[in-house]
Amino acid sequence: MFKWTLPAAFAAAGTGLAATPAFAQSLDDQVNQIFAVSTGWFVTLIFSNFPGTAFPWIVAWLVIGATVFTLYFGFVQFRVIRHSIALVKGDYSDPKNAGEVSHFQALATALSGTVGLGNIAGVAVAIGIGGPGATFWMILAGLMGMASKFTECTLGVKYRNEYADGRVSGGPMYYLTKGFAERGLPGGKILAVLFSIFCILGALGGGNMFQANQAHQQITGVVGQYPGWITGLVFAGLVFAVIVGGIKSIAKVTEKVVPFMGILYVGTALIIIAMNYHLVGWALSQIFVGAFTGLGVAGGMVGALIQGFKRAAFSNEAGVGSAAIAHSAVKTNEPITEGFVSLLEPFIDTVIVCTMTALVIIITQQLVTDPATGLYLLNEAGNAVRTIGDTSGVGLTSAAFGSAISWFPYVLALAVVLFAFSTMITWSYYGLKAWTYLFGEGERKELVFKVIFCVFVVIGAAAQLEPVIDFSDAAIFAMAVVNIIGLYFLMPIVKRELESYVERLKSGEIKKFA
Amino acid sequence: MLEKFVVGYDGSETARRALDFAVARATVQNGSIVLVHVLEWSPYSFLTPTELEERHMRRRQEMERAEAAVMAPVIKELTAQGVNVTPVMRYGKTADILCAVAREESAVQIFVGREGHSALEARLFGSVAGALVQTAPVPCTIVP
Repeated sequence: MFKWTLPAAFAAAGTGLAATPAFAQSLDDQVNQIFAVSTGWFVTLIFSNFPGTAFPWIVAWLVIGATVFTLYFGFVQFRVIRHSIALVKGDYSDPKNAGEVSHFQALATALSGTVGLGNIAGVAVAIGIGGPGATFWMILAGLMGMASKFTECTLGVKYRNEYADGRVSGGPMYYLTKGFAERGLPGGKILAVLFSIFCILGALGGGNMFQANQAHQQITGVVGQYPGWITGLVFAGLVFAVIVGGIKSIAKVTEKVVPFMGILYVGTALIIIAMNYHLVGWALSQIFVGAFTGLGVAGGMVGALIQGFKRAAFSNEAGVGSAAIAHSAVKTNEPITEGFVSLLEPFIDTVIVCTMTALVIIITQQLVTDPATGLYLLNEAGNAVRTIGDTSGVGLTSAAFGSAISWFPYVLALAVVLFAFSTMITWSYYGLKAWTYLFGEGERKELVFKVIFCVFVVIGAAAQLEPVIDFSDAAIFAMAVVNIIGLYFLMPIVKRELESYVERLKSGEIKKFA
Repeated sequence: MLEKFVVGYDGSETARRALDFAVARATVQNGSIVLVHVLEWSPYSFLTPTELEERHMRRRQEMERAEAAVMAPVIKELTAQGVNVTPVMRYGKTADILCAVAREESAVQIFVGREGHSALEARLFGSVAGALVQTAPVPCTIVP
């Protein structure tokens, strides 16, 4: 769901500082400039590279976090995955609790917030720049990210708030506050407040403006150019109807169509792969060889690695803390079970969906190779692999699917728009929870946030506000900085829960119902 | 021993006919009625984050509403007639729940009305009566 032109952030931040005559400025330019000047430093800080490399430290932060959790919990993601699937199927759900939130429902809702542009456009960028080898590193990062999700979602359920009227809400702001207090650690409240601020900004930006912006671009790609505010108003109207008007039917339609679109996307990818089954072995060898040699891409092996890690982190949000908010409403007496279920999320998002996109792009041979050496050729700028028709991002994915099934780009455009809408609905909720944590609950206060959210939909679709969107993306990753610090301090609590549960599962104390 | 008759009841007219039919049999055979109201629910449906948050609260409200609007009046009426009746309210798929209750209560028969659904819906997704015919652990009476 994230932007794939980070260098543009720095370019925009730079141009924003340059003085231009005031009379020549449109409103967009003015907004751009104000934002760039006041927030450019923050974007630069979050997305800055390690000295002398093109490796953003925030990506290393997420990957190191995922590795620490993977080792600390003894590769929990591989040990429990069968139990995770049994939990999602409902084998361990008490029939008496029918009508409450099931594991499946919590997982599906969290997934609808993460599956989206990251899987379709982000992967294309990774392969366009890092070559097929990026896929290997992306999958590896996805597998590690499962442990981060497991940690944060277990804590999300364990420290959720259950109100007298029966509502349930949870997330990093609650486990940072309550968990730190329980362990007698200082600073939980500060981390929670910081997390909430970043979460609101991230919700308005990456979870809203960016989505509206990309949806508009997809629609104009199919029907031709028209002003963005029209898309913005339609989207804002729909979002308003769902989050303020409580119009269930729109939400219901989206929530039903989005999973269908996801299945259609993966299904179509599988069909294209099956149509070219004789190339599967070759594609896999390209992925493995490319992962360790780069096969001629810019930056070689390291270039492939950075791209793979980056896109996995940007796509599945493991470590960001957002999913813990959605997962915490599940009905269970064992918080750890939701951790088990949530670790399927990066698996589905990255290891399955992202890999499908990657395989289709590789197998349909969108990347141009030198027939003599077998290495990939670079484009004229020398910063990415040359592609047939010079496509990149969502255009590359679209071209790859379109080369096999000519009408699929239209379906893809529709899918992107729907994914964008469902991501907006989910992130409006994440933002709202952070908002009520800071300002307290109450219909008036909540309405203020919801109206602000809808206004930002219009702004996002109407304007090319690069610095604004980059700033908001930076805010989402700032959430990960705060969240993972918290997770390091709270992971012993999760370990206790894990050991106790596994023991009871082995002894037969925890039984299947079905 | 009292013979138990399970009746699927959703407050509709056809359900009422099924209930009356079952009550007539129960009175003759000195049996009792297990009145089952099912709130259709699938754990595999898709909900928005707000729906997740409010699910526990809504479930309680739905139960209260069903109790007040569907079950309470008919229970009161039957009790006044001297019929021995036990109310059951559950979430799930109607046919599955009716079969489960019949097993738990060791009932001898299940009574349902023939379809509240439209003909098309029943054709596409199958009807409660159709499912019961295939899966019920005890004889079924389907009242038109």
